[in-house]
Amino acid sequence: MCRLAMKTANKPFSPFSVLTAMEAMQEGYDGSGLGLLLRGLEFTDYKYNQEDPVLSGIAHTEAALSRLHAIMNERGFVLKYDHEFDTDMSKIEAKDRHKYVLRVFKKPEAWNSLTKEQTEHEMMLTRLALRADGEANNGDLTAFSLWPDVAMIKEVGWPLGVGEALGLESGRIKSRVCMAQGRQNTNWGINLYACHPFFIEGIATMTNGENTAFLPIKDWLSGKGFPGYIGYQSDSEVFAHILHYVTNQLKLPLQAYKHVITPLKNSELSAHPQGDFLRGLRDVCRRLIIDGPNAVIGTLADETTILVMDAKKMRPATVGGKPGEWAIASEMCGVDAMIPDRDRSKDFQPMREHTIIIPPDRQEIEIWSQFDQFPLTQAA
Amino acid sequence: MVSIRSISSDPGSLSPNDLPWIIEHREDRCTLCGKCAAVCPVNTLKLTYMRKRMPKIVLSSTERGSSYKTFVGIRQNTDVGRRCIGCGSCAMVCPNEAIHPTHNKTDRYRFQNTKGGEAPKRGGRRNEPGPTLLDKISFNRISMLTDPALDAGRHEFSMNTLLGRVLPPEEFIRRQTTGEWIPPVREIFPFIIGSMSFGALSPNMWLGLLQGVAYCNEVLGIPVVMATGEGGCPPWVLKSPFLKYIILQIASGYFGWDEIIRAIPEMQCDPAAIEIKYGQGAKPGDGGLLMWYKVSKLIARLRGVPEGVDLPSPPVHQTLYSIEESVMKMIQTMSMAFNFKVPVYPKISGSNSAKSVLNNLVRNPYAGALMIDGIDGGTGAAYNVSMDATGHPIASNLRECYLDLCAQGKQNEIPLFAAGGVGKNGNITQNGMALIMLGASGVHMGKFIMQSAAGCLGNEQNRCNVCNLGICPKGITSQNPKIYRRLDPDRVAERVAETFMSIQTEMKKVMAPLGRSQSLPIGMSDALGIGDKDAAERLNIRYVC
Ligand code: SF4
Ligand code: SF4
Repeated sequence: MCRLAMKTANKPFSPFSVLTAMEAMQEGYDGSGLGLLLRGLEFTDYKYNQEDPVLSGIAHTEAALSRLHAIMNERGFVLKYDHEFDTDMSKIEAKDRHKYVLRVFKKPEAWNSLTKEQTEHEMMLTRLALRADGEANNGDLTAFSLWPDVAMIKEVGWPLGVGEALGLESGRIKSRVCMAQGRQNTNWGINLYACHPFFIEGIATMTNGENTAFLPIKDWLSGKGFPGYIGYQSDSEVFAHILHYVTNQLKLPLQAYKHVITPLKNSELSAHPQGDFLRGLRDVCRRLIIDGPNAVIGTLADETTILVMDAKKMRPATVGGKPGEWAIASEMCGVDAMIPDRDRSKDFQPMREHTIIIPPDRQEIEIWSQFDQFPLTQAA
Repeated sequence: MVSIRSISSDPGSLSPNDLPWIIEHREDRCTLCGKCAAVCPVNTLKLTYMRKRMPKIVLSSTERGSSYKTFVGIRQNTDVGRRCIGCGSCAMVCPNEAIHPTHNKTDRYRFQNTKGGEAPKRGGRRNEPGPTLLDKISFNRISMLTDPALDAGRHEFSMNTLLGRVLPPEEFIRRQTTGEWIPPVREIFPFIIGSMSFGALSPNMWLGLLQGVAYCNEVLGIPVVMATGEGGCPPWVLKSPFLKYIILQIASGYFGWDEIIRAIPEMQCDPAAIEIKYGQGAKPGDGGLLMWYKVSKLIARLRGVPEGVDLPSPPVHQTLYSIEESVMKMIQTMSMAFNFKVPVYPKISGSNSAKSVLNNLVRNPYAGALMIDGIDGGTGAAYNVSMDATGHPIASNLRECYLDLCAQGKQNEIPLFAAGGVGKNGNITQNGMALIMLGASGVHMGKFIMQSAAGCLGNEQNRCNVCNLGICPKGITSQNPKIYRRLDPDRVAERVAETFMSIQTEMKKVMAPLGRSQSLPIGMSDALGIGDKDAAERLNIRYVC
């Protein structure tokens, strides 16, 4: 089973503090790997401009690195900063890690005329081009994300060990949001892309538990023909794509996510103020209904965080914290490790109907129940 | 040369041993009650006194050498038309278990069943006994240690499916905003009582089914629907609140539609859906056929025809010209007749060309589903050759269509329904769930429900299968009140309810170990396995051994 930890704070912090939370929850996972997503970046060695896209990935060979270089150049990206990790490769199991890439670029000039949406789409296509290039070359290049203010690391090994191997404890990188997950997808053989969190156009999610409805969901998303709906080395990747679909493509409010993945029953819908709309939404998005025990933790480009429970609440998750600083973890001890000095009596364990939303100002958490009025879109 | 007439050697003559079913009678148990002969639907039995010689060696010249003994025996008529059909009614009524039919695998009847130049016809389905391909599919993706398995007895399961055109989400939201028409969608139980006409079934059978369906909906909360088949629906049903559980079928003969159209203003609710029958799995290329013996006064009235005439429907809808026109025009006309509030979908026979029909429907915004009926489907009357050899097995046909929809991202928009041999060997839930995981939104069952709810005697060794003749020994497919009064509608209704209750439980037993409870696992083919490499490859599922 996966263990999840997420911390969001107004003041940037070191991802190492989240790794220690993973350590606190160590009994529950096999420690086979680490997936890390940082948002709201701060580098001690470099003054980062939030608008600049950051590329995260791994070049497994020298050749891959130079191809990466060529692809970025060709597209008009200008390298502004190349973060050198203080690596201790002896602590990494894998032997083919030529370079952990964390590079800040200036957007191509040619994109200046593009709209925000077009720019975002282009960034995704560039990431996909890098990924495809790696896949065409025996997987020697892995691209996790290309997005402003987002860095990602995925590696095999004990999470704390990976953190140490990459020198994360030094605090040279800090962020306002950190999502961490402590396991490679050992169910299906190791593939770095299969490790949570999953990322698409600014949206990232991580999940514990198996998604048994994976195949029909994957088939449906793949059929959409959207270039980013690929991969699916892990059954949990669809959670990120569904969130992307609901918010970016359908342009529905965040609360709709819950209604799409775990819709209400007929009897509940008939008592719901927008029952008719939600029933229609359930029917049209029927192939996106998830199954299985899952707690989904997601973060959005504007640093909003959400936590959504499965329809039977078969997986635990706790949220706790204080104004300006919140943590979500699959285990309560994880929250303790991330924010020890909080009022524990205010910790909240969401039930099956809940979505927790932590807005970007992080002043208070919003506990939204699916039975409540749905924030009206024009459609509803 | 002149033939010797004293030996019965007519080319068509058969002995009891040549018949497909041979009656075994035990004189020592027979009480001579005569019930068997009275009940026999084909009048094949004759209880007679027979005489046999008892030879004796006698030395005295005054006594006769042999004596004679009379005994009671059964004579079995060897006329092709009056052969024993193996229905077993005689065994059922016999108080002493003195009589029963036994199956004869080496009959010669099969070469003689063309008397008068008539090609053999019957009811039932393809005479191919043994496990079907669907029976061989198993559910292998067990969610056990990777996740806690669900509890079929304790957890809640969502098992319903949708019938009707489902919009792409973007389009739904757009239309919701502009207030445009949103196609009607019904939420129904995925096991549907397939189309069997009011003419084919007896009034008692029909009433029993409808009562059972109503009970499932209103008491058990299982939203079962049933389809009428061609030939309309009794007016009292059309004007009743039960109409919402009924899929009305229109087929090439348009029988019964005068009544239906006339009843529209008085309908209390909309029907569940309209099924346009273009083809049927059991007899592709043939229209419906109601033989004259079954066209009773009631049926004649419902269908608007004279009594006692054969009612063949044309093989195709005569008014239609091309597939585009046929599908488009019929679907739109029917949608309009019901004010665009009732899903309308075509039913076709399983065929290599099913995909072209499907792609036509994808482009027709009014098409509510596609129902594909495979070669193992049942019927009330068809030529043997159609039933046994014409058509396409359902599994690969459905799968192809589903994968085609997936490639276009349309699998949620046009639900596919599958039929044809579902539950042929009794494994109704397993067969149905296998089809659902191959991509069906639901399955139709006809013969199975007759077997399960009304005790139909037919099987794939050609037992009974005289549904076309109006002499159904169980009263299921007869219009003769003397026969159909044998069938108690209340008992049929009870069995319908029992059948669906057990299907529901079995569905949970399939879904729980797969870790599915939130929605019907349509297209969850990663859970399926089959021990046949070729079939696995064709169906794009896992080969297991
Ligand atoms: S099995 Fe049926 S058809 Fe055969 S003799 Fe008995 S009652 Fe008649
Ligand atoms: S019992 Fe009736 S319905 Fe069943 S096969 Fe015989 S004739 Fe047909």
